[in-house]
Amino acid sequence: MSEAVKVDKVLDAKGLLCPMPVIKARKAIKEIELGQVLEVLATDKGAVKDFEAWSRQTGNSLLDSSEAGGVYTFHIRRDK
Amino acid sequence: MSKANGTKRIALVASKGTMDMAYPPLILASTALSMDWEGAIFFTFYGLDIINKSKLEHLKVPSLGNPAAPVPVPNIIGALPGMTAMATMMMKSWIKKANVATVPDLVNICREGGIHLYGCQMTMDLMGVKQQDLIDGTEVCGAATFLEYASEADVSMFI
Repeated sequence: MSEAVKVDKVLDAKGLLCPMPVIKARKAIKEIELGQVLEVLATDKGAVKDFEAWSRQTGNSLLDSSEAGGVYTFHIRRDK
Repeated sequence: MSKANGTKRIALVASKGTMDMAYPPLILASTALSMDWEGAIFFTFYGLDIINKSKLEHLKVPSLGNPAAPVPVPNIIGALPGMTAMATMMMKSWIKKANVATVPDLVNICREGGIHLYGCQMTMDLMGVKQQDLIDGTEVCGAATFLEYASEADVSMFI
């Protein structure tokens, strides 16, 4: 689970609605190296499905996603 | 304009100039950018207001003929002077409260991300709009330019 993932950068997208979480994620993932992991925190309920699609479309890997207290956490590895 | 290899492309037509109708093309185009797609929005007829420097921050929400409004207003009331301003004010307050990006913000994201902003030449001639009235980076063109671009698109929508 999340404990096992080494996070290289955190993007706090809490409180933001569509389309801002993915727009900020794009900028953030370009600031890390290939193979590094971006952690995204979001409260947008649509983000759960959106980050699955976003990861597929951008060619990066969504390693895991979880929810705690209304905050969604995504770990995305930069592969492209 | 030919598509780069392996890149996906979205081609949108924005034909409406109200605030509510400005959102869908801007959200789709900016989201496409976030996924490394390329894209274009063809702003035509009232949609041209979305990239009009003096208008884009003042798009309005109509108070008439919208039975889906969260606060339903009978058309006979919605027709009164000041009701459009009131509907617009309400929408702006919801946008602020929900922390939704504004129209100018999204236009900027699209422009800076390289979405082609096509301004419809015919609309400009029809409505007396000059190139300098439109935001910097607008590419003024006609339907043929847009269609050529859209012919290689993976997603095309008319909004």
